[in-house]
Amino acid sequence: MSRGDPLGSSPSHLERPARRSWVEKLEFVSLFLWAFRVAVILVVIVGTYGTVSAGQYPGPVWADLVVFGLAQGSVYALIALGYTMVYGVLGMINFAHGEVFMSGAYTAYFVADALARSGSLDRHPLWSLLVVAVVSMATSTAVAVLLERVAYRPLRHAPRLVPLIAAIGASFFLQYAFRGLYGSGFKAYPEVAVLKGEWVLAGIRILRTQAVVLVASVLMMLGLYVFVMRSKVGTAMRAVSEDREVAALMGVDVNRVVVVTFAVGAAMAGAAGVLYALVFKQVHFFMGFVPGIKAFTAAVLGGIGNIPGAMLGGLFLGIVESVGPILFLDGLGIVAPYQLKDVIAFTMLVMVLIFRPSGILGERLTVKKA
Amino acid sequence: MAVLASRNLTRRFGGLVALNQLDLEVEKESIHSVIGPNGAGKTTFFNLVTGFYPPDEGEVVFNDVSLNGLTPDRVTRLGIARTYQNIRLFANMTALENILVGMHPHLTSTWIGAVLNTAATRRDEEAATAAAVELLAFVGLKGRGDLLAKNLPYGEQRRLEIARALASRPTLLLLDEPTAGMNPRETIEMMAFIRHLRDERGITVLLIEHQMRVVMGISDRVTVLHYGTKIAEGSPSQVQSDTQVVEAYLGRTKWGRPENGGHA
Amino acid sequence: MRVSAGRWLGDSPVGTGLIWGAVAVFVALAGMVEAFAERRIIAGVVALGPALPFLAALGAGYHAARRAGGRGALAVLGRGVGAGAATGLAVAGLVAAGGVLNLRAVFVNASPALFSLLSLGLGPAGGFLPILVGAAVGMGGAASSLVSDRARRPVVTGLVAVLVIGLFQEMLQLMLAEGWIQSALRELLFAPDALSRAGSVVVFFVAAGASAAWTYRGERVRQQLMRVPPPQRRLLKLLGLGVGLAVMLVVPLVAGPFLSHVLVLVGLYVLMGLGLNLEVGYAGLLDLGFVAFFAIGAYTVGLLTSTGGLGVAQLSFWAAVPIAVLVSLAAGVILGVPVLRIRGDYLAIATLGFGEIVRLLVLSDFLRPWLGGSQGLLTIPKPSIGGFELRGPEHLFYLTLASSALVAFVAARLRDSRLGRAWMAVREDEDVAEAMGINLVNVKLLAYGLGAAFAGVGGAIFAVMLGSVFPHSFQLLISINVLALIIVGGMGSMPGVVVGSLFLVGLPELLREFADFRFLVYGAALVLMMQLRPEGLWPTAAIRRELHAGEEMGASRQGAWATTRHPG
Repeated sequence: MSRGDPLGSSPSHLERPARRSWVEKLEFVSLFLWAFRVAVILVVIVGTYGTVSAGQYPGPVWADLVVFGLAQGSVYALIALGYTMVYGVLGMINFAHGEVFMSGAYTAYFVADALARSGSLDRHPLWSLLVVAVVSMATSTAVAVLLERVAYRPLRHAPRLVPLIAAIGASFFLQYAFRGLYGSGFKAYPEVAVLKGEWVLAGIRILRTQAVVLVASVLMMLGLYVFVMRSKVGTAMRAVSEDREVAALMGVDVNRVVVVTFAVGAAMAGAAGVLYALVFKQVHFFMGFVPGIKAFTAAVLGGIGNIPGAMLGGLFLGIVESVGPILFLDGLGIVAPYQLKDVIAFTMLVMVLIFRPSGILGERLTVKKA
Repeated sequence: MAVLASRNLTRRFGGLVALNQLDLEVEKESIHSVIGPNGAGKTTFFNLVTGFYPPDEGEVVFNDVSLNGLTPDRVTRLGIARTYQNIRLFANMTALENILVGMHPHLTSTWIGAVLNTAATRRDEEAATAAAVELLAFVGLKGRGDLLAKNLPYGEQRRLEIARALASRPTLLLLDEPTAGMNPRETIEMMAFIRHLRDERGITVLLIEHQMRVVMGISDRVTVLHYGTKIAEGSPSQVQSDTQVVEAYLGRTKWGRPENGGHA
Repeated sequence: MRVSAGRWLGDSPVGTGLIWGAVAVFVALAGMVEAFAERRIIAGVVALGPALPFLAALGAGYHAARRAGGRGALAVLGRGVGAGAATGLAVAGLVAAGGVLNLRAVFVNASPALFSLLSLGLGPAGGFLPILVGAAVGMGGAASSLVSDRARRPVVTGLVAVLVIGLFQEMLQLMLAEGWIQSALRELLFAPDALSRAGSVVVFFVAAGASAAWTYRGERVRQQLMRVPPPQRRLLKLLGLGVGLAVMLVVPLVAGPFLSHVLVLVGLYVLMGLGLNLEVGYAGLLDLGFVAFFAIGAYTVGLLTSTGGLGVAQLSFWAAVPIAVLVSLAAGVILGVPVLRIRGDYLAIATLGFGEIVRLLVLSDFLRPWLGGSQGLLTIPKPSIGGFELRGPEHLFYLTLASSALVAFVAARLRDSRLGRAWMAVREDEDVAEAMGINLVNVKLLAYGLGAAFAGVGGAIFAVMLGSVFPHSFQLLISINVLALIIVGGMGSMPGVVVGSLFLVGLPELLREFADFRFLVYGAALVLMMQLRPEGLWPTAAIRRELHAGEEMGASRQGAWATTRHPG
């Protein structure tokens, strides 16, 4: 390198395209990913074959599992709506959304308990459940609005990692706050007499609670869809999702839209909390974490920012998670396949994030790099 | 002899055709400008050359090596470097560190060598630091090496970005609006600098520019893009009087002679 | 004039006070007041628990005063009184409500004992007392804002010193157990359970005096240090490190087994923190599944050394560790490959997913025959050097210290190397980094692999520390813990990792009551730090360098472009 010439005129040996080692690396990565995909598909196919050929489980069992999966999935779907809407409007994952879900369900427990003890729950089940639902939704909404105002709004323009870390912190804060306030034990939701038992529809057995969950979820999702598509606020939300700056220039109050988005998503989650409690009958401070992650999976599956997608993603995930352990894990001879139920969900999460982050229904986003 | 040649280069984004069958050749050791109204596809062209995304049709050839399918780091190692329209420095690293990163392909130390602090590593790092300091001085940032890139004033950031691009010892340099935001005096200095790079260092320069004074002043050849299609090409004076080009720029200040204002 | 509710809450003193009051009520209902009620600071005067709501009033008063915007002293004090009173009102409201409603049905901590504490022993009848005390304290807070920084700092330092020494009095008294100088000191400063009144006064004045001395003299000392030429400066730094090392070596002998155990835990988190620091701090890859590598290191050592049924080979610890490190490194690479192209939030969730998958598989009955399921691996022998068994926490402390020093050394070398710069470039702007000729695949996999290897070292020591390995030890919470300590300490900064570890791991161990509220405080700390001080408590050298570079700048510029030829 000649003095006074920092550029150097002699080409380095690295200018020679030493393609071999680099190309190997690339192929190695692609190969690995391909092998990963194949492994998962093999597990599914071989396992399914094993289960089906063993013929251990009669039809009604499968029907039960599917129905349960649908009920579970619709709960996930309602929670997923919150994730997908907030991501659409703010571009961030509200890591604490699972805790928003938990706060509603957990708080409403006390109302449900009081109503049960006073006998109202049995005498006027519909009104009582409505009251419980309203309390749950109100609490969730309050928590979410507070969350947005205190933890997220000041960080609106911070670099990517910062709001995510704040969200993680908020998530843990909320979990342990509720643990401190309400205690660390499991609280059993009271049984609603009217909802005990089951119905049989076209030969398929549906528990009454599951039916309520399904119907309520569908109604709420339809309501939300109409709200987002038709109402003025909903249109504003969609505008802010598309392009925040331009929406502001068009006169949209972005802050207000963000608050409304959080509120609506939280209300959905609060309702989901009550439905969850009806099906699983227990609440505790940590209950939001795993459903939260699964709901996020559902949101990404359906295409983040895509509301019908979140709903379908939730239902799909619910069914796969319910049917999966028996369908493919059992066929592989795995002991106690239900322990790995969450592994199935997390594997779906990981796979969709790696292979199809835009989701199955979502649009392909072109990445603008420069 | 063409250092860079694109043949039938096409790129679409959804329904929009950003670049439409572009044939362009850049002669060795020339200063070649690409101009056109905003959205004409100029930066897209740069992105295709450097491998940020693949073309939908056509190919780019650099010194008889096809760049198609190469990732950006491979393209850089072949000897192409670029700067960006919106400055993209490593904001939280110092100016010196930015340049050292630019030198990455030419440094030979490995991480194991670094951990063991071998003599070869130490030599490599010392030489690199010395070279980086000289490069800083070369672009007029002497002594500013320890400042975080994000805290440098705008003009210095532009210069740092060029220094960083030069650090990889390119034979082809892609400059995306290097004089954006500069006053006339700085612009003239930049023009001289670019000429110096070509004259003294033999670097071929491909330039995206809006300031016509710069384009007319230093270019050997000008290509005009409009909605992704090449509408004119030739020497500056040829392009200047091309009717299609004038029409494309209709509505903007008429450019050409300095006394008219000079830039679009 | 219509003002929105939100604006009023933020601006007016009463509003500010009510917000702080809500915080105080929350703290009380979450159980912190009662939990810390036994933690006496000054014997017979104040315990930490009941002091908390009044600290809130102090904060409210200060906060409201800061918003006074240049009004007269009386107005400022008035604002303080108003805010403090509002805070007290919230607390009083809680006590009153508690007397009337059965709050306990919902809030587990809303017990009569709590209300008694909050109303300073008077119960629901004495509801007005918190308001009065709050007003007084609030006025004090406001008054402190009127005082200059220079005057305030020693007072604050003194109070903080009293608080800290009071909190750690148990540990300190243990350390001063032997020897007559130490005993004399102990007699002076401490009562059986806390600082004695005399002791608190002594501590306050010593600390305040030191702080005042530093404020008035510190600038000059710093100037003198700045003027020391580089070779001498390096000598000074080495000397400082040497002293620090000597202190570290002596600590276990002084501190006793419990403290050593805590320090071992801190050390393990430092190891993990240094590893995650490579991924998050240098390369910007947010990995929430990090605990998996810690687990893999632990399980590898367990499997290779355990004398129980699941042990695969009866290797010695020293033979098993390198293998564990390699296995962890491989795991890091393997789990890194699938996520190479994922960025930002999605990367965090994807790695979290992988971490959970690993944990669930390890916990499952499916892998029980090899990994022991929920019962884990047992009978892992302690390491021994030539017959001497490293049995106690003091021995493990030295092992951890040595490992941490080695890992920190490697990390420092990496940071200043070509690879370290490549990592930081990737963190800043991945696409441009690639355009600089950096091979993203190699660079990212190295970050994952090396980070995992560091965690593996920690896992290895963890396994022998416990003598067994259980899957329950490897939850997501640990990954969050490590992330939190990196963030709080300072991302990318190694001293930051140590500071973060001491605060976030050491503190809960030493203050047992704190353990229940650990994650609550972590969570709040993360949120607050991101807003107030995202660079952490001990940010990296680059940021510090930048702050001083302005003084050293002497750029000479001959025209914007210093070319060797004059433009023609």
